[in-house]
Amino acid sequence: MADEELTETDPPWSTTRRAVLRDAIGVGVATGAYGLSFGAISVASSLSILQTCVLSLVLFSGGSQFALVGVVGGGGAPMTGAATALLLGVRNGFYGLRLSRLLRLRSWRRIAGAQLVIDESTAMALARTSRPAARFAFWSTGLSVFLLWNLATLIGAVATQALHDPRVFGLDAAPPAAFLALMAPRLRSREPRVVALVAAIVAIASVPFVPTGVPVLFAAGVAVVAGFAGARGRGPRKTSSDDDASAVEVRA
Amino acid sequence: MWPAIIVASLGCYAIKLFGLSVPRKWLARPRIAHTADLLPVALLTALVATQTFTNGRHLVIDARAAGLLAAIVALRFKAPFLVVVGVACLAAALVRLAV
Repeated sequence: MADEELTETDPPWSTTRRAVLRDAIGVGVATGAYGLSFGAISVASSLSILQTCVLSLVLFSGGSQFALVGVVGGGGAPMTGAATALLLGVRNGFYGLRLSRLLRLRSWRRIAGAQLVIDESTAMALARTSRPAARFAFWSTGLSVFLLWNLATLIGAVATQALHDPRVFGLDAAPPAAFLALMAPRLRSREPRVVALVAAIVAIASVPFVPTGVPVLFAAGVAVVAGFAGARGRGPRKTSSDDDASAVEVRA
Repeated sequence: MWPAIIVASLGCYAIKLFGLSVPRKWLARPRIAHTADLLPVALLTALVATQTFTNGRHLVIDARAAGLLAAIVALRFKAPFLVVVGVACLAAALVRLAV
C-alpha cells in the first residue's frame, strides 16, 4: 500500500524514461515532417541542396530557417534574410536563460547543448519536475528533432530539385501557411493580435518604398515599441520563468 | 548567399549559447521579456503578409491569397501543421489551373 502511494507521487525512473523517450520520438517525427517542407521551400527559393542542408545542420532553428529562405525567395538580399533569421533566433536566447538554471550544463555539455536549445526541447524539459528527468527530456528531444529534421530537409530538398516549376504545385503558398500555423497558438490573446495586425499593415504599406526584406525588419520595430509600451506601468512581472513557459509550445 | 548562411548560422548559435551562459536576472527586466514575447509574432505576421501579397516591390493579389485563405480555414478546424501547409498549396495550385 505504502509502495503504491509512493509510486503515484514519484514514478520509477524507468517509467519516466520510457514516457519521455516516447514523447521525444513523437515530437521528432512531427518536426521531421515539417523539415520536409523546409527542404522543399528552400530549394524552391533558389538555394542549393548543400546550402539548404547546412542551414538545417548549423542554424537549426525552424522559424529562422524559414524566414531566411522566405526573404530570399521573395527577392530580398540574403543579408536581409540573415538579419530576420537572427531576430527570430533571439527567442532561443530566452529559452537558454530559462534552461540554464534547470539543466545546469557545464563545459562541453553546454557547448553541445546550446545547439539543441529550440522550442521543442525547451518545452519538453520544462514539463519535467526533476533535474535528471528534465535533462533527459532536453537531450532526447533535442537529438531526436536534430536527426529527423536534417534527414527530412535532405529528402525535401532532393525531391523538389527534381521538379521543374514548384509554383505549379502551389509551393509558393507553403511558407505563409507554415508561418501562420506556427504563430496561431500565440494569437490567443488581444495584445499579440493587435501587434500582428499592425506589423502586417506596416510591412505591406512599406513594400513599394524600401528594398525587399526590409519591411519585415520594420515589423520588428512594431514589437519593440509595443513591448516597451506594454510593459510600462504593469509593474514587475511575476517571474520570468512563467513567461517562458507560456511562450513555449510544442509545434508541428 | 553563403555569407548570409554563415552569419545567420553562427549568430543563431551564439544567441543560444549566450542564453545558457548569462546571469539570470537579465530576463527579469519586464521590457526585454515582453519584447521577446512579441518579436516572433510581429516578424512572422509581416512575413506572411509580404510573402502572400507582394511580388518584388509590387503589391499583388494572386493564387497565393487563395492559399492563405485555405490555410486560415484549415487552422480554424484545428488541422495539424502539414495539413494546413498542404491545403494552402492545393488551393494555390487549383486557382492557377483555373485562371
